[in-house]
Amino acid sequence: MSSASSSAAARKFNGDGAGDQFPVGLRVLVVDDDPTCLMILERMLRTCLYEVTKCKRAEVALSLLRENKNGYDIVLSDVHMPDMDGFKLLEHIGLEMDLPVIMMSADDGKNVVMKGVTHGACDYLIKPVRIEALKNIWQHVVRKRKNEWKDVEQSCSAEEGDRQQKPSDEADYSSSANEGNWRNAKKKRDEDEEGEDKDDSSTIKKPRVVWSVELHQQFVAAVNQLGIDKAVPKKILELMNVPGLTRENVASHLQKYRLYLRRLSGVSQHQSNLNNSFISPQEATFGTMSAFNGIDLQTLAVAGQLPAQSLATLQAAGLGRSTAKADVSMPLVDERNIFSFENPRLRYGEGQQQHLSSTKPMNFLHGIPTNMEPKQLASLQQSTQSLSGLSMRINASSAQSNPLLVQTAQSQARGQMLSENTIANSHLARLPSSVGQPSVPNGISNNVLARNGVAAINRGAAYSPISQTSSMPSFPMNQTTELSVSSFPLGSTPGLPSITSKGMFQEEVTSEIKGSSGFVQNYDIYNELSQHKSHDWVQNVGLMYDTSQLANPLQGNIGVSPSVIVHQGFSSTQQTGQIRDSTPIGKAMYSLGKGMEQGNHQNISQHLQPLVDNSARVKAENFPDANSHSNFFPEQYGQEDLMSALLKQQEGIGAAENEFDFDIPV
Amino acid sequence: MDVGQMQRQWVDYMKSLFMEGLLDGQFLQLKQLQDETNPDFVVEVVSLFFEDSERLLNDLTIALDQTDIDFKKVDSHVHQLKGSSSSIGAQRVKNACIAFRNFCEEQNIDACLRCLQQVKQEYCLVKTKLETLLGLEQQIAAAGGSIPMMELSF
Repeated sequence: MSSASSSAAARKFNGDGAGDQFPVGLRVLVVDDDPTCLMILERMLRTCLYEVTKCKRAEVALSLLRENKNGYDIVLSDVHMPDMDGFKLLEHIGLEMDLPVIMMSADDGKNVVMKGVTHGACDYLIKPVRIEALKNIWQHVVRKRKNEWKDVEQSCSAEEGDRQQKPSDEADYSSSANEGNWRNAKKKRDEDEEGEDKDDSSTIKKPRVVWSVELHQQFVAAVNQLGIDKAVPKKILELMNVPGLTRENVASHLQKYRLYLRRLSGVSQHQSNLNNSFISPQEATFGTMSAFNGIDLQTLAVAGQLPAQSLATLQAAGLGRSTAKADVSMPLVDERNIFSFENPRLRYGEGQQQHLSSTKPMNFLHGIPTNMEPKQLASLQQSTQSLSGLSMRINASSAQSNPLLVQTAQSQARGQMLSENTIANSHLARLPSSVGQPSVPNGISNNVLARNGVAAINRGAAYSPISQTSSMPSFPMNQTTELSVSSFPLGSTPGLPSITSKGMFQEEVTSEIKGSSGFVQNYDIYNELSQHKSHDWVQNVGLMYDTSQLANPLQGNIGVSPSVIVHQGFSSTQQTGQIRDSTPIGKAMYSLGKGMEQGNHQNISQHLQPLVDNSARVKAENFPDANSHSNFFPEQYGQEDLMSALLKQQEGIGAAENEFDFDIPV
Repeated sequence: MDVGQMQRQWVDYMKSLFMEGLLDGQFLQLKQLQDETNPDFVVEVVSLFFEDSERLLNDLTIALDQTDIDFKKVDSHVHQLKGSSSSIGAQRVKNACIAFRNFCEEQNIDACLRCLQQVKQEYCLVKTKLETLLGLEQQIAAAGGSIPMMELSF
C-alpha cells in the first residue's frame, strides 16, 4: 500500500513523465509567522505557478497536513516561530507525512543550518528568499518520489533498471548482494551495494524500505538478542529469518535504527531502560523502525529527550510505516535493547497496567475524552494491516510509536501500551487498532489516555506480537499528529483529549501536562523514562512519537501530571520532532512511574513543551528528574489529572509551557 | 505636473533610496512580483510590513522596559523584524537589527536601548520614504501613466 501510494505519488510528480506541466501545480504549504514574509512568499510561489497554501502557525499547518495527507507536495517552514519551533514541525512532518520540508530563516548561522540538516530538512533557504530559489524547490519533491518509487519498484521487480545505486538519499546500504530486496530500493543483487550506500546520511529521513511493524519488531528483537554492539546486518538477517529480506535492507534499517537510538540517548541516557520496556519484549516490535525514518526519531529523541527507547519504540511503531522513514536513525538499535524488551518490566512495572489495555481497550482515559482511544483501540484491533497502512501514513512518526505499542508483548505491552496507547490512541484513531492490547495494559486507569494511545499504538505499532499493534504502526504516522494534538493526558488526566485532534492535542497536551511537566513528545519522556524504565517509556515513546499525544494517556499511569501526557500529544505535531518530543514526555511520564511522578511531570511537561511549542527547553530540562525514576509509567497518573491537563492544553498550548516549567521534585 | 515628469521624479527618487541604502535589491524583487493580476501587491506588502514592524517595535520597547529583561524574547523580536525588513528590502532597518542582535547576545542593556532607538529611526525614515514613493506611483497611475521598470544597475 505504501508502495502503491508512493509510487502513485511518485508517478504523479515524477519529473520524467508526470506531465509536461510539472512543476506547475506543485502543492506547497508555506508556514511563517511573519505576515510580511508569508505574503511575499505566497506571491513568489504563485508566480512560479505553484499551488500555495499559507499558514501562520505551525499547528495549523500540521492539522492541515494531517487532514489532507496527500494534499501537499512540499512544505516550506520558517525556523523561528512563536508557537512551535520550525524544527519540531519538521520532525513531525517527517514522521507523519514524510513530505520534503524546506526550512527558511534570516538566520544563516552554521549551527542553525546544520540543525536543519540533522532534522531532516531537504533544504535551507536564507531570508530574504529570492524567487529564483523557489523556482527549484520542486526538485526535492521529485527526488523523494523517486526514492519512494524505487522502493516500490524494487519490491515489484528484482531488477529494476533504475535501481539507482546510489540511493543518494536512500538509507545507506551497507549491505551486499541483495537477496531479494525486500522492498528495498536497492534492488540489485550485487555486492557492491555496500560501497555505495554506505553513507549514513540516511539519518535524515529517507524512507526507502518499507518496514512493517512486524518486521521491525522482528528486527528489534534480533538486534536485542545480538546486542546492539554486535548486531551486524548479516546476523540480524539470519535471526529474523524473513524470506525476501536482504542484508542491505537490514543494514540500512540498522543504520537508521542506530541513529534513532543515538538520538534518543542523546536526550536521555537512561534510555536503555525504556527501550527495553518499550520494545516490548516480545520481539523486535520495532520491526518498523523505518517508520521513523521520516521522523527522525533521533531528532525527536534528542529534542524531546526521548529516551532511546522511546525512539526504538517509536521506530518500531514507525516501522509500520511504509515510508520507512527511518530517519529515526536507528541508533535506536542500540537502545532498542533497552526498550523493547524490558518493557515488560518497565512498563509494566506496575504490572497491572498492561492488563488495562486488554480490559478496557479504549477507556483508559477514563475520563479523558480522548477521541482516539476508543476508536483507535478498535481500529487497532481491527487489523494489523491498518497499522501497516498507518505506518505509511505516519510515515515517520508513527512508526515509532507503533513499535512500542506493538512490541509490548501483550502483557507488557500493555503497560507500555498504555503509554503508548495513550499516545497511540491518539494516533490510533488512525491506526487500525486491531490490537487487542490497546486496552492499554497499563493498569493505569489513569492513564487511560495513555493506554488508549498505547493500546492503539501497541496495536498499530510494529509490535508484531501484538497483533493489535497493527493499528499502531499507523500511529506514528497518523498518530503523530494525533498525539501531538491529543496532548495525551499523561495518564493522569483521563480526560486527556488525547489524540483526537490533530493539532489540538498538542495544545491540550500542553495544558494537560501542566502538571506533568510537559509531556514532551514522547521522546523526551522516553528518554527519561528509558532511564528509568525503559519499557514504559518505550511504549510511551512509541506512542509519543506518533501521537505524542498518546503520551498523555500513558501518563495516567505514571501518575505524572496529566500535563505530561499532554505534551506527548504535541510531539506529534511537531512532526519531525513531534514524536520525539512528545514521546519523551509521555515516556518520561511513564517512567516516572510512581515515584517520580512529580518529577516526571515536570519533565514531561517540559518535554512536551518543546513539542508543543518547540520549547525544547522543557524537554530536557526537566527530565533529568524523571530519569531518576526509571519508571515513568504513569500509573498513578490520575486520569483526572490528565484530563485537566488536556483541557488545559486546549486552552492553549502556551499554557502547557507554563506548566512544564515546574520542576518536578523527583 | 505631467506624467512624464512624475515618472522621472519617481525614477530619481528610487535611485536615491537605493543609493542611500534605504532599499536594496529585494525591493525590486517585490516590484517584479507585481503585475496586472496583482496590481497592488507592493502596496499591500509594504502596509503589512508597517503594521508588523510597529507592533514589533512596540513589543521591543516594552520588553526593554522591564526591570528584568528577557533577552531571549528581545532577540526573538529583533530577529523577526530583521526577517521582515530584509524581505521587504529595507536594508538599513535590517542592518540596524543585526547590530541590535549582537548586543542582545551580550545582554548589554544600554547598547540595546540605543539600538532600539536606531532601529526606530531607520524604520521611520524608510516608512516615510516608501509612503512618498508609493504615493507618487499612485499619482502616476491615476494620471494614466505606468511605473517605469527599474533596474538596479548601480
